[in-house]
Amino acid sequence: MRVHNNKAWWLVLPVFVLVAFSAIIPMMTVVNYSVQDIFDPSTRFFVGTEWYREILRDPRLHDSLLRQFAYSFSVLAIEIPLGIAVALSMPRRGIGVSVCLILLALPLLIPWNVVGTIWQIIGREDIGLYGWLLNAAGGDYNYASNPRDAWITVLIMDVWHWTSLVALLCYSGLRSIPDVYYQAARIDRASPWAVFRYIQLPKLKNVLLIAVMLRFMDSFMIYTEPFVLTGGGPGSTTTFLSQTLTQMAVGQFDLGRAAAFSLIYFLIILLVTWVFYTAMTHADAKD
Amino acid sequence: MSYPKNYRKLLVMVAYLAFVLVPIYWLVNMSLKSNREILGGLSLWPNDLTLDNYRVIFTDPTWYTSYLNSLSFVSMNMAISLAVALPAAYAFSRYRFLGDKHMFFWLLTNRMAPPAVFLLPFFQLYSSVGLFDTPIAVALAHCLFNVPLAVWILEGFMSSVPKEIDETAYIDGYSFPRFFFTIFVPMIRPGIGVTAFFCFMFSWVELLLARTLTSVDAKPIVAQMTRTVSASGIDWGVLAAAGVVALLPGIAVIYFVRNHVAKGFALGRV
Repeated sequence: MRVHNNKAWWLVLPVFVLVAFSAIIPMMTVVNYSVQDIFDPSTRFFVGTEWYREILRDPRLHDSLLRQFAYSFSVLAIEIPLGIAVALSMPRRGIGVSVCLILLALPLLIPWNVVGTIWQIIGREDIGLYGWLLNAAGGDYNYASNPRDAWITVLIMDVWHWTSLVALLCYSGLRSIPDVYYQAARIDRASPWAVFRYIQLPKLKNVLLIAVMLRFMDSFMIYTEPFVLTGGGPGSTTTFLSQTLTQMAVGQFDLGRAAAFSLIYFLIILLVTWVFYTAMTHADAKD
Repeated sequence: MSYPKNYRKLLVMVAYLAFVLVPIYWLVNMSLKSNREILGGLSLWPNDLTLDNYRVIFTDPTWYTSYLNSLSFVSMNMAISLAVALPAAYAFSRYRFLGDKHMFFWLLTNRMAPPAVFLLPFFQLYSSVGLFDTPIAVALAHCLFNVPLAVWILEGFMSSVPKEIDETAYIDGYSFPRFFFTIFVPMIRPGIGVTAFFCFMFSWVELLLARTLTSVDAKPIVAQMTRTVSASGIDWGVLAAAGVVALLPGIAVIYFVRNHVAKGFALGRV
């Protein structure tokens, strides 16, 4: 059991100071903006909760929030099972392991704007392989003008980009299962499904918690890739929350409204992640 | 283990790797073509192989300095993140103290904060302390999401080291710093490797903060890549070559930690 010792605070102090500098100060600035109407640095008025009320009624926020949830849940629904499947298919030993690990990690290491560029090119019907193939096969595919195609392209891009992370995490979880478990399962003649359900899945729970939370947070904050790929279009079909916010803050320089938006945005992520976190740690505590 | 199952596994793996590699091949393919050939039509391999795009990257100072800028802030970020996260993770894995659970979740919330929220405040904060347009500003800003992740991963690794090791060391008369650096840190080396990889990865690929906090002197490669648009349109070839060059340090890092990623996580609780 862990010892109770308040001196441990000294060890946490550096992290606290650093994160406080890079999180609390900026956060307070945002709170400060969100209750003021700012014309220029010397002309500002206190407006109370006006921006919040306005933002909560803003249809732009509602639309991009809905899109964001649909997107994040589609991402989780595809990437988590696919990542587990890939991890289960990893070779067990030999040179194949290193090769697979390095190849799997490649998409994670590409700068996000290049990810967008790659898919921008490869989806084009004239010079991109996928776009060309789809059109040659008779599909009328164009991510720049068709909302459905744009949406699917952004989703596939994310699957391509991030499933490897889930796979790497799951693979490391699978590695922690001792061979004895599998031997016992073989003696009991357990079916592959039973092995997965009662041996592998329970061991994967902790890494899956990390994977689900990381993928949820990051997909909820996605900005660069769709911005490069579609610019949020056609129309606003692929404009997610971060982009709506950036347009407001940097594009229109609407500080008060953007700040109120930021805080609501942050609270939503916080809430959903907290639900995941408690649900999964509680499930853990029950075993 | 029966053969059909192995075949199925192999098939899944090969299919997925093909899915991963085709777009990357397309990038490499593009980087070896001239712009005229890229825009001229679909070709599966460069018909007119050229290294001109790479020549631009390695001879134009704006390109190679931006590359070095990126490397410098990423290494600073890795160093800072590990230096502060190691003691904190030790505290979380070994002791209970006032507010420890809240502190841990609070740290995680910083991993959740969308960088877009912090753009303007960061810009003002780092301008006012005179750090704007320096690599250290970007390194510090990236600590926002890398430090919590580092604490999280390291805590998992540390919790799997039996407590008896600490106790034995203290009984043998080791002071805390001596124990920590000569015994404990070497024991969790795989965890440090994995953490360094994740810090590297998330810092290297981030665009929004890195671009906002720099202008000329410390411009990172990701920002430089967004500036390949000229009067004649986007310079696809150079952009693709820059993307390929940007992949190389990552491949080096993953190569060094490959055994740790495999064995390392197995040790950790994560």
